[in-house]
Amino acid sequence: MQQALTTEQIRTLIARGKMKDTLFQALGIICLGIGLLVIFLLVGDMLNRGMERLSLDFFTNFASRRAGQSGILSAWVGTILVMFVTALAAVPLGVAAGVYLEEYSKRNWVTDIIEINITNLAAVPSIVYGLLALGIFVYTFGFGQSILSAGLTLALLILPIVIVSTREAIRAIPAMIREGSMAVGATRWQTCRYHIIPYAMPGILTGVIIGLARAIGETAPIITIGALTFIAFLPPVPFTGEPAAGLFDWVMSPFTVMPIQIFNWTSRPDPAFEVNAAAAGFVLMAMVLSMNAVAIYLRYKMRKNIKW
Amino acid sequence: MSANNVSDLHQVSDRLAKNAMRHASERLIEMLLFAAAAVSVLTTVGIVYVLVSESFHFFQTVSIVDFLTDNQWTPLFDDAHYGIMVLISGTLVSSGVALLVAIPMGTIIAIYLSEFANSKVREIAKPVLELLGGIPTIVFGYFALLIVTPLLQKVLPELPGFSLLSAGLVMGIMIVPYIASLSEDAMRAVPMSMREGSYAMGATKLYTAIHVVVPAAVSGLAASYILAISRAVGETMILAVAAGMQPNLTWNPMEPAATITSYIVQVALGDLPHGSIGYQTIFAAGLTLLLITLAFNIFGQWLRRRFREAY
Repeated sequence: MQQALTTEQIRTLIARGKMKDTLFQALGIICLGIGLLVIFLLVGDMLNRGMERLSLDFFTNFASRRAGQSGILSAWVGTILVMFVTALAAVPLGVAAGVYLEEYSKRNWVTDIIEINITNLAAVPSIVYGLLALGIFVYTFGFGQSILSAGLTLALLILPIVIVSTREAIRAIPAMIREGSMAVGATRWQTCRYHIIPYAMPGILTGVIIGLARAIGETAPIITIGALTFIAFLPPVPFTGEPAAGLFDWVMSPFTVMPIQIFNWTSRPDPAFEVNAAAAGFVLMAMVLSMNAVAIYLRYKMRKNIKW
Repeated sequence: MSANNVSDLHQVSDRLAKNAMRHASERLIEMLLFAAAAVSVLTTVGIVYVLVSESFHFFQTVSIVDFLTDNQWTPLFDDAHYGIMVLISGTLVSSGVALLVAIPMGTIIAIYLSEFANSKVREIAKPVLELLGGIPTIVFGYFALLIVTPLLQKVLPELPGFSLLSAGLVMGIMIVPYIASLSEDAMRAVPMSMREGSYAMGATKLYTAIHVVVPAAVSGLAASYILAISRAVGETMILAVAAGMQPNLTWNPMEPAATITSYIVQVALGDLPHGSIGYQTIFAAGLTLLLITLAFNIFGQWLRRRFREAY
């Protein structure tokens, strides 16, 4: 039998326990602080180094052999065009898949396979998507090393994100909405089209933005399909040029994107290009962070506004 | 009366026709939606098909035994060797360094957020962590090469300009948000009554966290660690930028080395002709990478089932 502790001993025990609690709390705050510090250091350093290059010229110049005259025109135009294709492919596919899985599917082995697949795809390294695209889009379908190949690759990559957020948004809609719609004679699709999808829109949008923010920063799969690292022209503008380009000719054009431009500059031995890499990195970070901020704001607002 | 009947009949058959149309279009829409959902399965089929068929050509020239046992990786030289161990060693060392950073840091942050922090801190900390997780990996690569490596060189003067160490450390920071967020979710799912029971016995917060909450959430923690491993093994740009790209059979993080992923980038940037043996190596390497991540995922699912606690 243990001897009873004196009050004094109990007090020391409690004090020691509280001490450990405080120490751990400090440790937790330090770890969080390291994360914050990294973001701060990163943005600060890139801004500090790249400041001198951040002018209008930087956005309107092509990449050049001379670091001081290089710009990111082909990179940001390429990024926007690739993102456009990605969104155009990923949003309808992802939303349709999400609606199917939440509103239509019955529990059977086919649905199980689809669900297991979506979970597993999230763990597949992005460079493997690049190899898939190289084999299927570039060589089998013959899309070549084009904006179309890149856009579709990134669309497949972010598809799980869009599907999962669509499903979560749909699941939050109470059953009475569906019952009300069905009760007045709407079909299942009419219920989805006029009620479920519009109400789930903020959630879907959050997922799409987070997915696109992820896609903007992806480099590996785009390098794998063979995006060029040095490009001094823009994809053809519809109905211009000689002979005149068609409406969709830009889709098949070679391109470069922001992360590849940064990669190209960081891998050069001449330190003058580090400045360009810093400036371009800052622009890319600004794009990604502002997209994430919009997504976080949307989610925050959504949580407040919805009252069923 | 008979005239009325006829028009009634017309109306009924009209309605039936409309109904049939509605049914048909409903079926069509359902099929389209199903096709969209099936795209995810097609993606997997496509990945497996491309990797296996291209690797099949590769393994017709190179024996699997050589692939697994050779200790040199020089597919682009005249005297070609195809020892995947070289790339695997780089991958494992960099992932190891990353996990040594990410698992303790991520777990501490998760425990802090779920057990200690008040809701206000949590509301701010979670989005900030998400921002950290959203930073493009190429930017992290820049960070590793131009900020972390020079800093480390002040402490370790013999550190080369490219090293697995600095790439791994930065990769660790990148993975922290995944572990922190998933682990926190797992720990918050532990019912309050268990904590209250522990507090009622006089336990401190830290004691409760470590001896009650963490064991109860262990399957969720394991899942987050497995995801972190997949991320580390598959991470590409940080390594391609900061770890160098020369294949090097080493277990020393202070050296530069190529990983499976950075090798693929290196070949993709070159101008090897499609269909050549050098080109097919990237598919064999990709298949190896996929098998490694798959193995970890299966292991993770087994762990989760084995240690799942139900309350």
